[in-house]
Amino acid sequence: MTAMSENIGPNGNAGLTVRGLTTTFDTSRGLAIAAADVDLDVAPGEVVGLVGESGSGKSVTLRSIMRLVREPGHVSGRIDWRGRDLVAMSAEELRRIHGSEIAMIFQEPMTALNPVLPIGMQIEENLIAHTPLNAGQRRARALELMNIVGIPAADRRLDEYPHQFSGGMRQRAMIAIALACSPKLLLADEPTTALDVTIQDQILKLLLDLRDRLSMSVVLVTHDLGVVAATCDRMAVMYAGRIVETGTVAEIFARPHHPYTRGLLGSVPRTGTSRTMLQSIEGTPPSLTNLPTGCAFHPRCSFATDICLKERPALEAVTPQIRKVACFHHDRVAAAEAIL
Amino acid sequence: MNANLPILSIDGVSKRFHGPYSLMRRLKGEPPLMVHALNNVTLEVHRGETLGIVGESGCGKSTLARCLVRLHEADDGAVRFEGKDISLFRGTERRAFNRRVQMIFQDPYGSLNPRMTVSQILGEALAVHGMRRKTEIPDRIAELLDLVRLPQDAAGRYPHEFSGGQRQRIGIARALAVEPDVIVADELVSALDVSVQAQVVNLLLQLQEKLRLTVVFVAHDLRLVRHISHRVAVMYLGQVMEVSSSEALFTAPRHPYSKALLEAAPELDPTQRNRRVAVSGELPSPLDLPPGCPFAGRCPHVFDRCRTERPHLSPRGRGQYAACHLTDFGAGIPL
Repeated sequence: MTAMSENIGPNGNAGLTVRGLTTTFDTSRGLAIAAADVDLDVAPGEVVGLVGESGSGKSVTLRSIMRLVREPGHVSGRIDWRGRDLVAMSAEELRRIHGSEIAMIFQEPMTALNPVLPIGMQIEENLIAHTPLNAGQRRARALELMNIVGIPAADRRLDEYPHQFSGGMRQRAMIAIALACSPKLLLADEPTTALDVTIQDQILKLLLDLRDRLSMSVVLVTHDLGVVAATCDRMAVMYAGRIVETGTVAEIFARPHHPYTRGLLGSVPRTGTSRTMLQSIEGTPPSLTNLPTGCAFHPRCSFATDICLKERPALEAVTPQIRKVACFHHDRVAAAEAIL
Repeated sequence: MNANLPILSIDGVSKRFHGPYSLMRRLKGEPPLMVHALNNVTLEVHRGETLGIVGESGCGKSTLARCLVRLHEADDGAVRFEGKDISLFRGTERRAFNRRVQMIFQDPYGSLNPRMTVSQILGEALAVHGMRRKTEIPDRIAELLDLVRLPQDAAGRYPHEFSGGQRQRIGIARALAVEPDVIVADELVSALDVSVQAQVVNLLLQLQEKLRLTVVFVAHDLRLVRHISHRVAVMYLGQVMEVSSSEALFTAPRHPYSKALLEAAPELDPTQRNRRVAVSGELPSPLDLPPGCPFAGRCPHVFDRCRTERPHLSPRGRGQYAACHLTDFGAGIPL
């Protein structure tokens, strides 16, 4: 259990350790492997980004950690949260942890909030479930939370309904609900995808401030590499249900070792390259019920050789130690011409 | 034909929609609330260029795109195509305009008829405008599929059999089928994954070169707009805040809103992080427009005049125009 011991934070609390997380769905077209053998470590106070395109398994991984995957889905593997296994945990124990130690925010605040309850009551719901506060204290705490997340005129807005809030304010309200019991881990599923760029900027910076203030860990799922570059400490890139590369954000952006990461970074237009061809990745992601043999990326990969068709590369450490990559040809990828 | 004449010009166009009409207002006999989607927008699109239109949701960029192809009629002002007011086009002239200015829509799932095969979709466009004789249509369809790099067997298949990126290619092929001069692309790639976005953007760049198209590219993604546009117009609350060449806008924005928009877009370089919020506050309601500058409520440089008098687009040199009372805002930054 060396990985566990690496994860002990300064205050003696281990963070989140995921080992061999596999989530499958029984569909009419066969077994869809939405997440396969996912290993993930989140240290206390760390922001980890899970990046990938639609269908890469990033949201499913997050939902599996939160145990939100329902039939016909099936989750296996180990999810250690401060020494306890979330996969084996009973529903009652989970209820105690959800909303208090671990909280989640979603992409669509309008569908995640209850449309017929005032915002204040939705914040208080969480406090009723997890704290011994009385009605007056709960109201005071709700006000405090609204101020923390930057909702103006909090006193009046506590009694308003979600439809009276703008998109950005709804997302702030959802963060306030998630923060009610000062969670130690916040799972954020594309929290800014539905928002405009100036509002996204506000929400991301709010999340970073809250991370500092409450020393909580954040797992941020996103498809936007810009969001990762601007907020995360470490990142994991997912493709077809598997993590293909993981490391610190600075390292991966400077020198990707996996051809998919390289392709993703090349697909995004950069400063000073006006009206030139982007380095696109040809083809489309594979169907999860019918994955290619060997490395799932080989049909789209320009570095692929025979071995990629036959064998699946394991996620292995490369120097520097913190970096892991699942590619037979990572040396060639890393040595390839830099993306401008 | 005068080569300097803009192919499309938008002259003081305003567009209003009916907003919610509450029972209270009805009882009081008040008129319904109006959503001011476009307010006195003036822009020119030159032949052969790509004009990017950026802004946040609700800024009127899609309404503007729809006015350009006459899916909406302007309430005030006029859209001119080669100098002629498009709202006056009738009969053959209108059909010719419809052929020469084509729109590609955002939603690759909603904009293709699910019950028509690709060859029917493309064939319909060809037949309606009488582009080819009936016997020549299959050849032209094959040519179009080749142009947007779809496999030839795509012709017999239905839209649901394709991925999002491929559907967007079908949309492009349909628009190109009638050999247009202008393509209006409304959020062409925003529904697509990053790697597929790049494929479609590359295709658009190549086709523009090959077919000498004029492109109006409406999007909210600044990086993308910067990448493909020659000139960019920044919109906010139904107004154009700044128009300039793509490079000038991104290196030396002359409007505080453009600057805020650029700063808010997350940088791709993790070493260039900062923790300062680019601009606080939110978009005011288009139902109740402030009398002065629409950005006044959020602008860090606001002063009294901004709240009472609406600034108009005025030249800032180097082909740059901005609608701001601070005429020297952002001046002196070398390109």
